[in-house]
Amino acid sequence: MLDEKSRWTPYWQAAPLAIVFLVFFVLPLAITFMVSFWTYTGYSIEPALVGDNYASAFDKCIDSLPDLCTTFRTYLSTLKFCLMVWLITLVLGFTIAYYLVFEIKSPTTRIVLALLTTIPFWTSNVIRMISWIPLLGRNGLVNQALMGAGITHEPVDWLLYSSFSVTLSLVHINTVFMIVPILNSMSRIDKSLIEAAYDNGASAWQTIWNVIVPLSKTGIAIGSIFVITVVMGDFISIGLMGGQQIASAGKVIETQITALQFPIAAANAIVLLAAVLMIIWTLLRFVDIRKEL
Amino acid sequence: MARPADLELASVTKRYGETTAVDSIDLKIKAGTYCCLLGPSGCGKSSTLRMIAGHESVSDGDIVLGPEVVNDLPPAKRGTAMMFQSYALFPHLSARDNVAFPLRMKGSNKVDRSIRATEALKMVDMERYQARLPSQLSGGQQQRVALARALVTDPQILLLDEPLSALDPFLKVRVRAELKRFQRELGISFIHVTHSQEEAMALADLVIIMNNGRIEQAGAPRDIFNAPATEFVARFIGGHNIIPEDGRKLSIRSDRLQLSSGGHGTPAVVRDVEYQGIAVHVSLATETGVEMMAIVPERIFYSRPFEAGEAVKVHWDPADIHELAA
Repeated sequence: MLDEKSRWTPYWQAAPLAIVFLVFFVLPLAITFMVSFWTYTGYSIEPALVGDNYASAFDKCIDSLPDLCTTFRTYLSTLKFCLMVWLITLVLGFTIAYYLVFEIKSPTTRIVLALLTTIPFWTSNVIRMISWIPLLGRNGLVNQALMGAGITHEPVDWLLYSSFSVTLSLVHINTVFMIVPILNSMSRIDKSLIEAAYDNGASAWQTIWNVIVPLSKTGIAIGSIFVITVVMGDFISIGLMGGQQIASAGKVIETQITALQFPIAAANAIVLLAAVLMIIWTLLRFVDIRKEL
Repeated sequence: MARPADLELASVTKRYGETTAVDSIDLKIKAGTYCCLLGPSGCGKSSTLRMIAGHESVSDGDIVLGPEVVNDLPPAKRGTAMMFQSYALFPHLSARDNVAFPLRMKGSNKVDRSIRATEALKMVDMERYQARLPSQLSGGQQQRVALARALVTDPQILLLDEPLSALDPFLKVRVRAELKRFQRELGISFIHVTHSQEEAMALADLVIIMNNGRIEQAGAPRDIFNAPATEFVARFIGGHNIIPEDGRKLSIRSDRLQLSSGGHGTPAVVRDVEYQGIAVHVSLATETGVEMMAIVPERIFYSRPFEAGEAVKVHWDPADIHELAA
C-alpha cells in the first residue's frame, strides 16, 4: 500500500506544472503546427493537409537566388538586429555583472545596485519605448542639444524611426535579461580562483578570458537564449521605433494575423520557431546548460 | 631549478583602517627552511603570509626576498608561489591544464608546457589522473595537483595557507610527511600557516608563534617546547603547567610532574583522570587553587592508580622549572 502510494507521489507532485505546460504551451504549439497545413481564402479557413503555406512563405525564394526574396531579406534583417542586440547586451551585461561581482566589495551595495538594474521593469515595455520619442525625435532633446551646441545645423534624422532607434530600444529592454543570469553564474565563482590566477601570473585580462568567461559560460548562454528569442520574435519595438517601416519576421506574422490569414501566419511562426531553435541548438553545443540548473 | 633564497621581513606592518593586523614584525628565514607560522585565528599569521605572497599590500616595512625588496612586485614576479587553503583549482580545467596554467600565462610554448606540467604531476605522483577535472579528484588528490601547480614555475619559496585543514586526520599525517619530503628534496623554503601546534612541531625547522599581530617567540620546535618565552606560548603549545610564585610565572612540563599518595610535595586533589593509551592525563587542583595537569606514563600510573577526588602530593625536579617572561 505504502509502496503503491510512494511510487505515484512524484507524478502527482509534478502534475500541476506539467498540466500548465501542456495546456498553455504544448497544446497551442500543436494547434499552430496543425493550422499551418490548412488552407484559407479571403473569407474562410478550411482544415486540410497541404504544404501551400510553406511554399508561399518561401515564394520564389529558391528560383530568384542569388537575389534574396522578401522572406529571406526579412529574416536577414531580423538576424542582423538580433546579432547587434545580442552583442551589445552581452558586452553590457557581462561588464555590469563583472562590476557588481568583482569590483563592489560590500554585499549591501551589490544588492542595491543589482535591484537598480531592474528599475526599468517597473514600467511597461511600450511606455519605455514611447518615452524615447521626445528624446530622439526631430525636435527632441538630443537634436536640440546638438543644434544648441552648434554640432549640427539641421536636426539629425537617423535618431528616431531608424535601425538605430530600434537597436537602442531593444538593447534597453533586453540588457537586464543578460545581466541577471551572468550575475548569477559569476557570483558563484570562488574568489580564491581569481587570487590563484593572479598568483599564477595572469594579468587582469588573462584572468577574465581564461577564468571568468569560461566559468560564466552557462549564464552567458541562458542570457543569450532570453535575448535571442525575444528579439527574433519582436514586432512591437521594431514597429514602434522603426516607424512601421522596418520588416521583421515577427512583424510579417502580425500583419498576416491582422488580415485573419491564420494558416500562413502559423506556417511563418513554425519557420521562425525552427530558426530560433537552430540558433539555440548551436549555442548549446558550446555550453552544457544543465550544469547550472 | 629554483635558486633557494633568503627571506627577510623588516618591521612589516599591516593595517586595515583602524585595526592593526600585523604589528611591525621582524623575521629572517634562511633559504631551505621549513617555517611554520603558528597562532590562534586572528593573530595575523595569514595576513603575514599574504603579504609575503603579494596578495595583500604592505602598510609599512619591507619584504626582502633574496637580494631585492619585493613589496610592490606582483606574486609571479617575486618568485613565490602560494598553495591555497581550498586549493583554488580551476574547475573548468583538467589537472594537467591546471598545472600548465601558470606557464600558459607566461606565454611559454605548448611543448614546453606539456613537458613541464607532466613532470610536475609525476613528481606528486598524479600523472595517471592528468585528464581528470578537479571535481573528479579526491581532496588529497586535489591537493597534490595544487602543489604541482604551485611548484611548476620553480618558485624560490612556497607559501602554504593551512594546507592540511581540509583533510581527514589519517590523510593529514600522510600528507604532512609528504610535504616535509618535498621540501627536503627541493631545497627551497616552505612557509606554512597553521593553527595546529602538532603540525608545526612535526614539520618545522623554524616555528614562529604569533599573537595579536606580534611574534611571541621564534625558534626550533624543541627549543620552544623546552623554553617557552611567555605564558601565551606555554599555554598555546600545550603540555605545560603554569605556576604563579612570588609574582613570577613559572612553567613546568606536564610529563615532568610526579604523583604520590604521601611524603612531601605540593598537596593537590585529583579532579579528573583521562586514559590516553600511551599515558594517562591527570587533572589536579592545588590547595591554592592552581589548575595543573600531570601526564603519567601508563605503566607508572597503574602501578599506583589514583581516582578523582583523591588527595595526592605533586612533586618535581627543581631543574625542570622554567621561568616565563612577565
